[in-house]
Amino acid sequence: MDMALDVLSWILLALGGAVAVLSGVGLLRFPDVYSRMHAASMLESLGAFCVLLGLFLQAGFTVVGAKLAILYVFLLLTAATAGHALAKSTYEAGVKPYERPGRRTDSQLGEGSNG
Amino acid sequence: MVQFLDVILLTFLAVVAFAAVRMRDLFGIAMLLGVFSFLSASLFVVLDAADVAMTEAAVGAGVSTILVLSTLAATGKTVRPRSGRWKLPLFVTVMVGAALAYGTLDMPRYGDPSAPIQVHPIAKHYIEVSPQESGIPNMVTTLLAFYRGFDTLGETGVVFTAGIGVLALIGRRRRQDGTAAEALGPDVVAERHIIVRVVGKMMIPLVLLFACYVQAHGDYGPGGGFQAGVIFASGLMIYMLLFGIDAAERLVPPSVLQRLIALGLLIYGGIGVVNILQGGHFLDYRTLSSDAAHGIHYGVLGIELGVGITVTAVITTIIFTFTGYLRRGSATQQEA
Repeated sequence: MDMALDVLSWILLALGGAVAVLSGVGLLRFPDVYSRMHAASMLESLGAFCVLLGLFLQAGFTVVGAKLAILYVFLLLTAATAGHALAKSTYEAGVKPYERPGRRTDSQLGEGSNG
Repeated sequence: MVQFLDVILLTFLAVVAFAAVRMRDLFGIAMLLGVFSFLSASLFVVLDAADVAMTEAAVGAGVSTILVLSTLAATGKTVRPRSGRWKLPLFVTVMVGAALAYGTLDMPRYGDPSAPIQVHPIAKHYIEVSPQESGIPNMVTTLLAFYRGFDTLGETGVVFTAGIGVLALIGRRRRQDGTAAEALGPDVVAERHIIVRVVGKMMIPLVLLFACYVQAHGDYGPGGGFQAGVIFASGLMIYMLLFGIDAAERLVPPSVLQRLIALGLLIYGGIGVVNILQGGHFLDYRTLSSDAAHGIHYGVLGIELGVGITVTAVITTIIFTFTGYLRRGSATQQEA
């Protein structure tokens, strides 16, 4: 039982680490602020979930485990809110989402008619 | 493994510091400085200094970032073009850096068991005597509040002076115009950031509750007046960010804050005077109760409360004053 818990917890921790790396790659490679925020939010939600659950399996139903659970709730609330505020402010500051060059989309057509 | 963490954290610190120096956008630099503080806080945790880490995280990453941002909002967000004089500043920087590097040569190696702090008799004395004498498990608190109570009184005095300084420099002018305050209109913020406000509202009581826990729990775990003060002030700062400076000043009027700044220091010093009146030395809490350990406990709790009140009031005052300055600036711009 302990062995199974350990293995599961290590898998979750490694998964969380992998998500963190992927999220970092996305942060560097994605073209604009919105897609980068999407990459970063993967770490905040999924990555943190994997790591904290992995640690929770180690801690069990103790005070430490309860703290980890509270931490995740806190992280869910604040990360989502911060992401929302950031995206909204960015949009209101006039930053347009990235569109692949050469591909005419509806919004570009709309801009064309405005200009 | 821990040394591995040290190396990573210190590398990040260096990278962030260089990035901050290279960057021209002051908003970005403010954010990087927040990251720098947070990395420092992590480093303190690795060094088992959780008390310091709490303060660093709350002040460095939270309060001072907001302070820098509100200053930037009043001044401008890009670096001014440089003047031609760079030789003297470069020389001074290099010399100071070299002096610091030279100074570190005399310092003991990291974790050196024969370092003065490890072998000095007073350290050994504190470690052996403090748990028996005071019954307080967190030795840092005993050391800070009892054995070094006079130093901490001085530190509280420094915080007090900082608050008075800010008030003296930019605080009093603000109160001349009570009318322009509404010009910014807190309702605009209310409409636009409703989600942030709702979630923030849920957070503020928790932050304040945690601050009270840290305040009261300083004897048994990391915490105490300084930590609780900065966390409490952070909670009030969130309130100010969400509901505007006017609502925040209605919640905690500046006149009350000014009195609280003095009250905390008064509590601290007053306990010392009580000790004298009871026939002991200044800040020798053993006179407070018939049982010496109880006396120390009461004294430590009392002065921690004083420290907490002063730190909360000073940091809140500084934030409110800076933000209020911004309000006045934009109000006059609108009039002009």
